[in-house]
This record gives sequence, structure tokens and C-alpha cells, in this order.
Amino acid sequence: MIPRSHHKVIVQGMTGRQGTFWTEKMIESGTNVVGGVNPHRAGETHLDLPVYGSVVEASKSTDIDISIMFIPPMAAKAAGIDACEAGARMLLCLTEHIPAQDVMEMHAAAKANGTQIVGPNTAGLVTPGECFIGIMPGFNKTVFQPGNVGVISRSGSLGTLLCLNLSQSGIGQSAFYGIGGDPMIGTNTRDALEILNADEKTQAVVICGEIGGSAEEEAAEFAKTMTKPVAAFVAGRQSPPGKKMGHAGAIVAGGKGDYDSKRKALEAAGVFVADVPSQIPAFLKGKV
Amino acid sequence: MNFEEHAAKPVLSKHGIAVPPSQLAYDADAAAKAAAMIGPCVVKAQVPTGKRGKAGGIQLAATADDARVHAENIIGMSIDGWPVEKVLIEGQVPIASELYAAVLNDHASKGPMVLFSLYGGMDVEEATEKDPNAMLKLPVSIVEGLTADDVKIMLADVDLGVVKPDVEATLLKLYAAYRENDAELIEINPLVVTKDNQVIALDCKLTLDESAANRRPDLAANAAPERKTGLEGRAAEADLKYIELDGEVGVLANGAGLTMTTMDVVAHYGGQPANFMEIGGEAYTKATTALGIVLDNPKVKSLLVNFCGAFARTDVMAEGVVNAWEELRPDIPIFFTIHGTGEEEAIALVKDRLGIDSYDLMDDAVKAAVAAAKGAGA
Repeated sequence: MIPRSHHKVIVQGMTGRQGTFWTEKMIESGTNVVGGVNPHRAGETHLDLPVYGSVVEASKSTDIDISIMFIPPMAAKAAGIDACEAGARMLLCLTEHIPAQDVMEMHAAAKANGTQIVGPNTAGLVTPGECFIGIMPGFNKTVFQPGNVGVISRSGSLGTLLCLNLSQSGIGQSAFYGIGGDPMIGTNTRDALEILNADEKTQAVVICGEIGGSAEEEAAEFAKTMTKPVAAFVAGRQSPPGKKMGHAGAIVAGGKGDYDSKRKALEAAGVFVADVPSQIPAFLKGKV
Repeated sequence: MNFEEHAAKPVLSKHGIAVPPSQLAYDADAAAKAAAMIGPCVVKAQVPTGKRGKAGGIQLAATADDARVHAENIIGMSIDGWPVEKVLIEGQVPIASELYAAVLNDHASKGPMVLFSLYGGMDVEEATEKDPNAMLKLPVSIVEGLTADDVKIMLADVDLGVVKPDVEATLLKLYAAYRENDAELIEINPLVVTKDNQVIALDCKLTLDESAANRRPDLAANAAPERKTGLEGRAAEADLKYIELDGEVGVLANGAGLTMTTMDVVAHYGGQPANFMEIGGEAYTKATTALGIVLDNPKVKSLLVNFCGAFARTDVMAEGVVNAWEELRPDIPIFFTIHGTGEEEAIALVKDRLGIDSYDLMDDAVKAAVAAAKGAGA
């Protein structure tokens, strides 16, 4: 799904410093936040919104489309499973450094309850001009402008740069889909590509990939079947093998997940692969 | 986090998987003494890499004197870049066959996966590359766990003779060890069947999930040290993600993706990055520390600062850089390109205090930094 302003959003960890700051930003940007969760402050009001003891408890008073977690790594599993069991359609997990076996349990709960997990370690989703969920500058109009290009990114910072480049060239975005820098994410590049391909507003897609894993290769398989133009930039061409480049998922290990393999797969699928991000707006000019 | 064999094997024994008797030795005398007690033994270099056998770091010793000679040779060797400081003296086992068993995080199924092969030993990778069917793979539901029935079905067509129940039990124990230690990987290669039909683990490779180290403090305390340069060590202590490289353009950016991209763009315009240094996420207030580390690399001839703020506020990061710059007064040029949250304040701050104009486009800032580094080198 792509977040819309009618979607009901609950914020786990809303009463914390970051939770408060970003909830205010989200509300200002048109996001329909219906409440927050803090087990120790259930029944209180924060930012004029009700605070619940859990997402399951909140779900007895309101429908929940999206839950977003501002939760530290060791508490993330319980919070994530709570959101899934409450029937949230989407769970956005910003948290980095969650133990991998906890992440597996979250994915299992999501599968059992039909929840789409975005992340872990995502910066969020932006629907320019409508709403945003996460810790992206979704409110910043130099970065995000409404339009017709869907952007998928494993990295929040690179995704921000790319959208800024597009906006400065007069190319707006239909959706920014931050999928996260972890190796085991709920919505991978291919899933996001399918979502944007099905979206009527989206006329072209940009993939901001990274070395590590096989997400770009899998996405290329789907890109072959698309008629909408797809452009990509894959970060990490200059990164040495065997080192984690900041993101847990960005590592070339045992000769797998390297830049050349990704570029080759994407180009074979008819995707335009840019050497530097600034080539992407020029490629899209005239196509949207 | 990786472990040397002597630190990984106790994890197996704790879960009831048999290992040979062994003792750690830091010099040839201790090795001889241990061998005298254990009897015919294997002298094994203790380094966190899988290339010990092929490098000559594993030798058979029939007597204590043999063990002394081998220990003398092996201690001080360098294997895959690791200096050998100690050996494990381990009792010899009469090997009938070598198997392979492992449990690991499978990114495709987003759950655990059990691996088993009849072709264990040094050449397991080649054997299973030639014949993918030689490696059995079983994805496991992390909620249900691995059951005795799962293992029976997995090994149904595998000819293991009388030791089959023991091998099945070993896989169950290995799975428990994986779960209870937050392993990313726990691997036994070889898992041997002895001539008297015992099932014994002759080696163990263990990787602990770094994100879970806090809840496995006893295990984490025994992890092998990581190979780091002095600057990388300083960065790790400050909880900063820094990798030292060979180029001449210092890079300071926020976020893993943007930092990698900045390095790529430096190379695209003919330069070479001197480092990866990321101060995104919670690290965005550490710009001062980060800059000090980047600048202490003597190869750096120019510095490129590329911020694209979201969660990380560019004004906070820029202030840290400007503070550090005024304090350190480095004798190299610095180039800024700043976008996103807090950019107006950040750009004004850099202009006011350093008298430097930031570049609107990343590409222009990179080109200038590359040109400056090359000019300095000429």
C-alpha cells in the first residue's frame, strides 16, 4: 500500500522525544494520526491524541491502517508483534540494530496476520503533498514535490538526495518508498516496484539500490515485465568487499551482492543505470 | 562477531554435542605438556578464519615432542592476515566419514535454515557447487522451531547407517545452540563419524549477531577481536562507522547510502575516497569526533562534506564540523554541499564562521574537492 491522508496511523512510542517531534511533523504534513502507544501512560492524552497501552488495545477503539514504531531495538519485537496482532495493515519499523532472530519473529507475526512490514531500518514513506510516515523531511517542499515518479530507496539519505534532485529539475514524486538498509526487510525492492507499478499516479520509477544481497537482481526480474520506464542508481561501487558499509545489509560477501552483478541484471532488464544520481533527472525529462 | 574454534566449541558441548578433549596453549612448552596428557593429538592454529588447514595451520602430532615442534612452527605464522598467537591441542579421532551441518539466518525466507551435507571437510564448498543436491536445506519456522519430525523428513533419503539417530539429535542440538546464542551462523565442519560410530564435532564456526551482543554478554566477551586500523579502532570506540581507504579525498556524510554514493561520485570525477565515515542516525551530533578521525589520516588532501538531512539535522552536523575545523585548523581545503532539514541555517553558519560558500550541487562540490586533492598531490 501507499500511505494516503485518509489512512489511520498509530504511533508506538509517541510520547518519547523523537516520537513527539516526528508525530507533530507528520500531523502538520497531513498524516491522519489517531493515537499513540505507551504501556506506562495508557489513558493519558499527548499532542491532543489518546495514548493506549498497546496497539491491540487501541484497535478496540479505532481502526488502524498503519502503525509506526519509535521503539528501541530490544523492545522492538514485542512492539512489532503487538501491531501485527492488532491487525494493522502496515507496520513501519524505523529501528536499526534489532537482533536478527527478533526480526524473524516479527516477520512471522506479520505473515500470520496479513500485515505488510516496511523496514526494519527504514526512514519511512512519503506521499508528497498528501502525508508522510517516518523520519523523512516529508514537510520540506524543496525536497518533495507532488508528481508522477515513484522512488524506492534502501537508504533515507540517498533517497532524500534523489528526490531533491528530481524536485530541483521540476520532476515531482508520486511516492517515496524507503524500504530500509537491513538484510531482512519486510517489503523488498521488488515488492515496492510492484506496488508502484500498480499505482495509477506513478508513470516512472527510480530505484536507489546498494551493494549487498540480491534485492536489485530480484527487482530486475520484475522490471523486465514493466512498461513504465525505470531508472536506477546503485551505491557502493567504490566500497571494499567484506566490509559492512554502514547498513547491515550493505556488504559484499563471498563474491555475492557486488555492484557489477546488480548493474548487469538491471541493464539486462532495460533499466537505465546512472553512474551518478544527477544523471537521473535528465533521463526522466520528457518521460513523465 | 566471530569466534576462534576454542571459544566456539564450548557452545556445542554446552548443548550436548560431543567434541574431542582439548587444551589451549600459548607456547611450545605448554603445547608439549598438553599433548603429553591428551596423547596423539592435532595442533590447530587459533585464528578466526576458515583457511587454517590449507595454510598449514593444522598438523597431526603422534607424540608430545611432535606437538612441540608443530606448535613452534605454527605460533607466529600469519594466516589470511591473522597472526597466530595460540594453538589448540586436541585429541585425535579415528575418522570414518566427514559430514557438514549448520544453522544460519536465511535472508530469502526471513527465518532460520538448517543445512546438512554428506560431503563435509575442507572441500565442502566445491562439492556442493558441483552438485547443489549435495547440500540439503531446510527452512524452519522460527515460531514452531525445528522438530524431531522435521529432521527425520530432512534426512529420510540420506544413508547414515547406525549413526542416523545421533546425527538427527545433533541437528536438533545445533538448532537449540543457534537460538539460545543469537547466532547468525553456527556451523560444524567436519562433523565426523568415528570408526566406532560416535558423532563428534571436530570444528565449529560461530558468528554472533552483533545487535544481540548486549543480551549475550558472556559469549560476546569471548569473541575474536576485529581487524581494524588505529583510526578504525578510535571510531568504533566512539560508535562511529568508519572505514579507512587508500584515496586522498576525505569524505564526511550522513547516512550509509549517501556516504557510499559520495565515495562513488568522487571516483566518477577522477578522485579516490580516503574513507567511509557516516554520521547519520543517532550519530549526527558526533561531527566533531568524526572529523578529527577523518583528518588524522595523513593521506587526506581535501575534505568533502556532504549532508542531506532528514532525521539528522544539517545545522547540528554543520556546527560540529565548523567547531572541529576552528579547533583543529587543518591545512587542507574543505568543500560543503548541504541539503534537507536545517539547510538554510547550516549554509549560513558555514559562510559566517569559515567564510566558505556551500555548493548547490553535489557534483560541483565533488569536482572541486577532487581537483584540490590532485593539486595538492602534484
